[in-house]
Amino acid sequence: MKFDTPATTNPIDQLKVVGRPADRIDGKFKTTGTAPYAHERHDVAADQAYGFVLGSGIAKGRIRAMHLDAAKAAPGVLAIVTTLDMPRLKRGTMNVAFLFGGDEIQHYHQAIAVVVARTFEQARAAAYLIRVDYAPEPGRYDLAAEAPNAPPVGGDSGEGSGAPPEDRVGDFEGAFAAAPVRLDERYATADESHAMMEPHATIAAWDGDRLTLWTSNQMIAWGKGSIAKILGIPARNVRLDSPYVGGGFGGKLFIRADAVLAALGAKAAGQPVKVALTRPLIANNTTHRPATLQRIRIGADRDGTITAVAHESTSGNLPDGDPETAVSQTKLLYAGANRLTAMRLAVLDLPEGNAMRAPGEAPGMMALEVAMDEMAERLGLDPIAFRVLNDTQVDPENPDRRFSQRALADCLRLGAERFGWAGRDPRPGAVRDGRWLVGMGVAAGFRNNLLMKSAARVRLDGMGRVTVETDMTDIGTGSYTILAQTAAEMMGVELDKVVVRLGDSDFPASAGSGGQWGANTSASGVYAACVKLREAVAQRLGFNSADAVFTDGEVRAGNRVATLAEAAGAGELVGEDAIEFGDLGDRYQQSTFAGHFVEVGVDSFTAEVRVRRMLAVCAAGRILNPKTARSQVIGAMTMAVGSALMEKLEVDKRRGFFVNHDLAGYEVPVHADIPHQEVIFLDETDPISSPMKAKGVGELGICGVGGAVANAVYNATGVRVRDYPITLDKLLARMPEAI
Amino acid sequence: MPVSLEVNGRAVSLTLDPRVTLLDALREHLRLTGSKKGCDHGQCGACTVLVNGRRILSCLTLALMHEGDHVTTIEGLGTPDDLHPMQAAFVRHDGYQCGYCTPGQIISAVATLDEIAAGIPSHATADLLAAPQVTGPEIRERMSGNLCRCGAYSNIVDAITEIAGSQG
Repeated sequence: MKFDTPATTNPIDQLKVVGRPADRIDGKFKTTGTAPYAHERHDVAADQAYGFVLGSGIAKGRIRAMHLDAAKAAPGVLAIVTTLDMPRLKRGTMNVAFLFGGDEIQHYHQAIAVVVARTFEQARAAAYLIRVDYAPEPGRYDLAAEAPNAPPVGGDSGEGSGAPPEDRVGDFEGAFAAAPVRLDERYATADESHAMMEPHATIAAWDGDRLTLWTSNQMIAWGKGSIAKILGIPARNVRLDSPYVGGGFGGKLFIRADAVLAALGAKAAGQPVKVALTRPLIANNTTHRPATLQRIRIGADRDGTITAVAHESTSGNLPDGDPETAVSQTKLLYAGANRLTAMRLAVLDLPEGNAMRAPGEAPGMMALEVAMDEMAERLGLDPIAFRVLNDTQVDPENPDRRFSQRALADCLRLGAERFGWAGRDPRPGAVRDGRWLVGMGVAAGFRNNLLMKSAARVRLDGMGRVTVETDMTDIGTGSYTILAQTAAEMMGVELDKVVVRLGDSDFPASAGSGGQWGANTSASGVYAACVKLREAVAQRLGFNSADAVFTDGEVRAGNRVATLAEAAGAGELVGEDAIEFGDLGDRYQQSTFAGHFVEVGVDSFTAEVRVRRMLAVCAAGRILNPKTARSQVIGAMTMAVGSALMEKLEVDKRRGFFVNHDLAGYEVPVHADIPHQEVIFLDETDPISSPMKAKGVGELGICGVGGAVANAVYNATGVRVRDYPITLDKLLARMPEAI
Repeated sequence: MPVSLEVNGRAVSLTLDPRVTLLDALREHLRLTGSKKGCDHGQCGACTVLVNGRRILSCLTLALMHEGDHVTTIEGLGTPDDLHPMQAAFVRHDGYQCGYCTPGQIISAVATLDEIAAGIPSHATADLLAAPQVTGPEIRERMSGNLCRCGAYSNIVDAITEIAGSQG
């Protein structure tokens, strides 16, 4: 199905099932521990051996030799595969670092061997008996030191966030110099780790030259192509299966070392092998969100009209890597005639920087939305009024191109009302509650809506049961449930009549889980397949398919009625199709918007920051399931609190690695850090987006929240911290006197 | 080495490498994979189980140390067709997303309410002489050893609060 004109009325608009806060259909499995994750699939292959991955102890250099005698002789060892056994393997889709093969070390904890043994304990013990002779070389590990020499580099996250090396509209320098009110500040965001709860894990089994991977991956079709390319085998010989993914956040968009080494280990051992990356390996072996150094300049007239805006960002990555596209949203978020965005990219020998939830916007808006707060204060304007004044309904760089919908001002106004913004004292440090200094902060939320081809197959059996099959993944996002709701609505059945099967590369290829495109595009793919199935049902029954109404498990056309079970009684009916998008995404700017509100208390003695209240008001098209969508948003808000207040991979600048590479050293928010969170979805449908009239929401929830936290801390204390995370050491020396 | 214990009411006897953790005994030897390995270092709480009625991190204890112990895992609380009230509350309140931390959260949630009922104080208990109450701060403090990177905390607290209320 080609979607190239805005949607009109269709069966989804009935909203009998779609749009309702249904409990997750996979909930009873997740809550009873019976949902199978990659490493625990004892049933899929007999005689599974255990692989243990050894990571490099140096960040850059070469391996001269690996001494394996003791490890080979250790009890239970079945095979050892080292990186010296083969030339460097090709890279898969989207990988920057090479995953295995050859003697060159690109980054710390790069996989250099897998030891396969009968038990986990034996594999682990043997791996630590390997002695490695390294020839280390000096590397570049300090972003601030490399930044002055970093060349201009453009980039695109592939997730709707991108910018050229330099982008100019009008005369930024002239307009900025002439502006009566100006801001010129620098901001820094930290390297961050996805820290998903389930480690990267894979069981690999070979059947002749055919490979099956039971793995944990967000993008099955990418993964299938990638592992084939890495291993040099035809993609048709590979199957991936990933029905449950224990969190990804961008960290499982790609094939990583667990999959490669499970496959190589299984080949070498001649039996199935399962590999999980150990927790201390993950931060350095896999990918992370790169740190940024940003500069923002804003010039405005005295009435608050922005006349000049510039956003520049420098990040680092391995050779061939991309920049963190932190300036991208600044091209679209606020009006202003004279504009500049620019990115620079330093070569660093740290682990690979790559996508983490809302790459680009997440760190970019942590800077931009603080700059907007600072500018509002300089102008003597309320920060909401300042944003609304500079709102735009068109692409500021290309005013002929409108937003399909843009309810940013509504989000901010409604949020202000619900949050009690009118009661905020704009004077910093003015509100006390016992020992606590209390402040409120606001930020805009912004993230683009991406449209990707997505296919599905829908089956109808003689019991009237509908089965959806697509390689779409559910990484906690609620895919199982919203796809069941979509099929139920389209086929006119109750939710419990729908079975959803996901994550298998033998199923039609979906858009996968990334860039907050998953819900809208994969549901649209199921919609397209259901249209085909409805036609097949009508044809089987001899009904006119244009007149057929599907409701209550029945099909009606004119005065004729038949049950779905009857339609499929003579044999299963199948509909398969893909949604493909035309140029509506080019003709209109499709984005999602939010107003983010945060109240913090800051201990007047210790500068400890406690988040007291949080609210997000979101405008993101039709919300397919308010319960699961709300969870996406509160989860993103939680991760944003981490970015703002605690998360930072600390770089050892001498030896070139992230020091705090486990869940004790890398601090993420815990229960005690997060208050009750409120989410409001504006009642919105966007017919330009898709037949579902929905848009993404899973990343909108993180974009801007960190800035709102920082602005609340400033409102509470009068201390402006522009270097995230806002840990108490950065506040303490400048805190107001405790009473 | 041999070890005998009771898991979810069933007597089991295993012969194990002494290095096998209780978590790996459950997951790899008994194939009770509901208890999750998120870190294997006692940092995330995903492996939380009840041993003789008290919650522990099963990755931080060796299986051989539990001769004769009674272990309850998530599989012992309820099944997909017969959910424990706390499991049902997690479903109603969407107290999970990816589901990987969920078994540990649910075991900890059950234990948290038991600990409060038993009068065991926490860091969030203001008055150590009074019986601790089921409050938001008490629940959040006692649940803080169970990480949820998807960020379902607000919903998890709602689920636990509902069950605490229904228990009177």
